[in-house]
Amino acid sequence: MTDTSLLKHAPQIGAEAIALLEQLSNASGVSGDEGAVRALVLEQVRPLADSARVDALGNVIAFKAGTQGDARPKVMLAAHMDEVGLMISADDGDGLFQFQVVGGIDARQLAGKAVLVGKARIPGVIGARAIHLTSPEERRNTIPLSTLRIDVGPGEAASRVEPGDRAAFATRFRHSGPSLMGKALDNRLGVATLIELLRAAPENIDLTCVFTTQEEIGLRGAGAAAYSVQPDFAIAVDSTPANDLPAWDGTENARYNTRLGYGPAIYSYDRGTISDPRLVRWLARTGEEYGIPFQMRQPGGGGTDAGAIHQQRAGVPSVSVSVPGRYPHTAILLARLEDWQNTVRLLWVALRAMPEGLLAEE
Amino acid sequence: MGDLVPYLKELLSLPGLSGHEAPVMDVVRRAWAPLSDEQRVSRMGSLEALRKGRGDPEQDAGASRPRPSILLAAHMDAIGMMVTAVVDGWLSFTQIGGVDPRVLPGQPVLVHGREPLPGIVVQGPDFLAPEDVHGRPHPLERLWVDVGRTAEETARLVRPGDLISYDTQPAELSGELISGHTLDNRASVAAVTHCLEILSRRIHDADVWAVATVQEEVSFGGGYTSAFGIRPDLAIAIDVCQAQGPGTSEAHIPHLGRGAVVGKGPNIHPYIQRALVRVAEEMEIPFLSRGMAAHSGTDAYPMQVTAGGIPTGVISIPLRYMHTPVEVVSLKDIRRVGRLLAEFITRLDRAFVDNITWDDEP
Repeated sequence: MTDTSLLKHAPQIGAEAIALLEQLSNASGVSGDEGAVRALVLEQVRPLADSARVDALGNVIAFKAGTQGDARPKVMLAAHMDEVGLMISADDGDGLFQFQVVGGIDARQLAGKAVLVGKARIPGVIGARAIHLTSPEERRNTIPLSTLRIDVGPGEAASRVEPGDRAAFATRFRHSGPSLMGKALDNRLGVATLIELLRAAPENIDLTCVFTTQEEIGLRGAGAAAYSVQPDFAIAVDSTPANDLPAWDGTENARYNTRLGYGPAIYSYDRGTISDPRLVRWLARTGEEYGIPFQMRQPGGGGTDAGAIHQQRAGVPSVSVSVPGRYPHTAILLARLEDWQNTVRLLWVALRAMPEGLLAEE
Repeated sequence: MGDLVPYLKELLSLPGLSGHEAPVMDVVRRAWAPLSDEQRVSRMGSLEALRKGRGDPEQDAGASRPRPSILLAAHMDAIGMMVTAVVDGWLSFTQIGGVDPRVLPGQPVLVHGREPLPGIVVQGPDFLAPEDVHGRPHPLERLWVDVGRTAEETARLVRPGDLISYDTQPAELSGELISGHTLDNRASVAAVTHCLEILSRRIHDADVWAVATVQEEVSFGGGYTSAFGIRPDLAIAIDVCQAQGPGTSEAHIPHLGRGAVVGKGPNIHPYIQRALVRVAEEMEIPFLSRGMAAHSGTDAYPMQVTAGGIPTGVISIPLRYMHTPVEVVSLKDIRRVGRLLAEFITRLDRAFVDNITWDDEP
């Protein structure tokens, strides 16, 4: 019989953690330009960790040694700091700029959005030709990216914008009822999860929390970090789509990937990784024994930093756990506070109650 | 008008969809009350404020004839959406006024249910839709609004007929531009306010009826009924018009920031049009002339044919990205429209009204 009293000690997501998530979500951190998010992360982790450093790729690597025993497992948790967004590609004059997409954003998600350009967060908008001037035929087709512009106005701000500058959606974070809404909750939810776990670091492990860069454009940061960290095993903590909407024809939607409100999603298999089955079993068993809701992410496309981490050096046993979120890679993602809380709880309890010989040969 | 920006931002942050203008009317009334002698709400719901001209014909023996009267109509209603069904927590909706469904996915909205509910307009994944729309915009009737509540809670809080308004924050862009979701036509409400402020420091003969009309986007209901109720000697509709911008470069479309647009066409009495041009030239107020070939798409259309007919004019403020949540106008143009109206009204006397004639009259 499992002693579930451990649950009482798991980190609770309160108003402070939500306020931090809000700051993280509102910060701009388009892949390769994660500086504003990195600054927030460093501010948080420096007082919590034994050491915190920034590597050549801009990853933040924060280490905290345990205090129990002397052969503690070395665990790496990875959460990417970057978000999908836009990059200025050309100056059309009069405050109008052409742009490209960074990461996987559907062109159907761009028209009519407010954005913030560059480190100075210059306000801009992506407009669309007025409905009055379009034909019904035209409205059946996606507005091509090549015709969209970021409009910052013709004043002096335009002179401070140049090709290569990133732009992020200007969406402001909201907490409404049981839900959280924000532009970059993929993956600031993971970032905030790691910070909460570092704050309550389990004494039985040596914990390295890695806040990675450039995940959205090909898992670029995580591999190098795993190389330097050399963990015994790794968990990528991310956000995964909840495609749990109704089908047009009323048939059952059996391809939802994950469902909101069903708890953290444990990965068995995605485009980049076959999760280490020992780690999958361990996490699922923890959920069952401690009564923490979880769901198995439907096997399929998509991927996490685990895809890069598990192939480092001679191999790193890896698994991913994600907070489900609706509408990822759009201007607003919607997640459930309860799912986030259960993600933090599952990971903390699993690590704190980690069985000996977890990775022994089977 | 130093406080134009905060006032306009407040106007732009409020709902007030066609037929449900009360939230914005309170703010307009607060601005107009100190600038007018009387305020009343028409039976249709339009706000009508009277600023009296010089001399009272009942008490002043010298003023034996009624003062001239002018009606300034700026519609305060906004386009938006309305809930048509609540299906397992998902809201389907229809449009109020013209909305291009291509600008809707990923937009923050406010659902005006039993309590205000922040939500998101969402387009489901393509795999839930028939193949012929894969990669294409989904039609309006297949989009959803997600308020992030449980199905039970949503069913309790929302019902068909509830309004859905855009919830994008207004933003100041560089070069004295402002962006927001109801600049059509709150920009004109601000211009009329600016006009009243200037008039409060002037002497003018005419009775000025400032009217924030209702239901322009749907039926022109406010324009018809206030013109009838007030029966002015002449009326001017103040509205927005298309401006040059990305994807909108037709030569006849005016540029932003180059002045008030004075309309010419069948909805407009040529005597009024010429007088407006004359005043703009005399006072060196930048302006552009624009042909409005048939329906002007403004309250001049209903007002002109009210009762036995009313001489009307149209002044427009150029606006980019009409009916999207990121409409853009120039603050300079708003001020110029306010000033042109004030200069015109300052010169308006009984003789002007008596002289309103068609060219070919003897």
